[in-house]
Amino acid sequence: MLTLSHVSKTFNAGTINEKRALIDCNLHLVPGDFVTIIGGNGAGKSTLMNMVAGVYPIDAGTITLDGVNISQLSEPARAKYLGRVFQDPMMGTAADMQIVENLAMAKRRGKTRTLAWGVTRVEKDEYAERLRALGLGLEKRLTSKVGLLSGGQRQALTLLMATLTKPKLLLLDEHTAALDPKTAAKVLDLTEQIVAEHQLTTLMVTHNMNDAIRMGNRLIMMHEGRIIYDIAGDEKCSLTVKDLLQKFEEVSGGELANDRMLLS
Amino acid sequence: MGLAMLGAVSQGILWGIMVLGVFITYKLLDIADLTVDGSFALGGCVCAVLVVGGVNPIVAVLAAMLAGMVAGAVTGFLHTVFEIPAILAGILTQIGLWSINLRIMGKSNTPLLNFDTIFSQMTDLTGLPSNVAAIIVGVIVAVVIIVGLYWFFGTEIGSACRATGNNEAMVRALGVNTKVTKMIALTLSNGLVGLSGGLICESQKYADIGMGTGAIVIGLAAIVIGEVLWRVLPGAKLHAFGGRLSSAVVGSVVYFLIRAIVLQLGMDANDMKLLSAIIVALALCIPVVWEKFQLKRAYTRSLKDTSTEGASTEGGR
Repeated sequence: MLTLSHVSKTFNAGTINEKRALIDCNLHLVPGDFVTIIGGNGAGKSTLMNMVAGVYPIDAGTITLDGVNISQLSEPARAKYLGRVFQDPMMGTAADMQIVENLAMAKRRGKTRTLAWGVTRVEKDEYAERLRALGLGLEKRLTSKVGLLSGGQRQALTLLMATLTKPKLLLLDEHTAALDPKTAAKVLDLTEQIVAEHQLTTLMVTHNMNDAIRMGNRLIMMHEGRIIYDIAGDEKCSLTVKDLLQKFEEVSGGELANDRMLLS
Repeated sequence: MGLAMLGAVSQGILWGIMVLGVFITYKLLDIADLTVDGSFALGGCVCAVLVVGGVNPIVAVLAAMLAGMVAGAVTGFLHTVFEIPAILAGILTQIGLWSINLRIMGKSNTPLLNFDTIFSQMTDLTGLPSNVAAIIVGVIVAVVIIVGLYWFFGTEIGSACRATGNNEAMVRALGVNTKVTKMIALTLSNGLVGLSGGLICESQKYADIGMGTGAIVIGLAAIVIGEVLWRVLPGAKLHAFGGRLSSAVVGSVVYFLIRAIVLQLGMDANDMKLLSAIIVALALCIPVVWEKFQLKRAYTRSLKDTSTEGASTEGGR
């Protein structure tokens, strides 16, 4: 499915701000994998996501998705294969546009845009149906501006948009980090529901160790640009937060997980 | 006085087409595109030279539009391909156009006194006074363009253009190349500006190298006035896109009416640019100042509330 081989990325190379964000990362996902990614600040989790999405070019290595080498493709060109939800609820939707307009744009992800009408009548019914499934009452607000929605509603909408056209890979970059605990739980429930329903291959970055253990079938821990721990199946099921912390200290050479990881 | 007002209305509508162009970049793309000053004059120069050369005045105006589109494409190219900040890219094109416009005309102005224009043809055809003819032509062109823009920004490509000004990251994540959408918007915008320049040239019967100076500020002022009117006028559907476009043109008419009144009151025409700048600056300042004032007031109010609460509990003891 998704294969990263020897992927590296350094930001601001040769300057005092040099940051080796990814160092020789290798990762292979099989179809239907739901991988959670944890790690401290600056571990390279988001960079990993951005490299797969094509936000920045990689320095070395190759990224293959379903047999296609996408390493050199631009961000919009890769969008055909990827559904993405960002940490910032503002980032996934266009605030000044209507809910239906946002959905209609997402529906056309990866297709050539034409001078055909941006939202057709048939679509609206479909969107209302899909929004109803979210259980947030958004189906009654089809023509509302997205800017009027709460952060949680916007994330739920972005999640729906990312999966409206089934993506080969769903990228969730700490998509609940900016939400309050209750809303975050709701959005995570929706995530599980949607991923299960469409059997999506998923990469999910999170700061919450409980979520990372509870969700998905595989867990990856990153530290200083490297994947330092990769666990799946039954072994992952029996994992506890304590195990993870211990593992973290072990592989990272005694360094403690940062506060944010401990607290969540 | 009445004649001057009629003239102001016709000018306002013809300039309103430029305002629609500015609206696309400033309101939809969220870029203050300074190409406008240059592409407006470019439209005028191209149109004047063609009319003097014996070309049909309608064709000349269309050529002015095309020239404007090319100018917009140059700015778009500098901005998207070479990642020059939009404002700087616009300034570069604008400055370059000054020389190009002089080259096109070969001198600093071209009068069209004895040549046929769209407006003179209209006057000959209908026997209406020239101002009225200009208003009719202007309204027809403006309506066609507003309908066209309404349609375009409702299409898939148009939606993507609107979203680009809103949230570039999202648009790219949805598989749209934002370089292309910016290019489209800048080209379209400057096409309208060029068209407006051509129409103004034909209506005033001359083109001048300096005719575009300050056009962007006029455009912004008209948009600001239009928005205020749109909010104040009763029954106006606040966010309907067609309404926003129409209000930009109405804003332009109001701007030129204000200008005519101020000039009638004896203000020096050269001071008008200062007045325009002040209108725009005020319009941009007021929301910021208002918000700060609100925040401060909310804070003092909360202070007062807590102090009275404290007093009452003490009194209760």
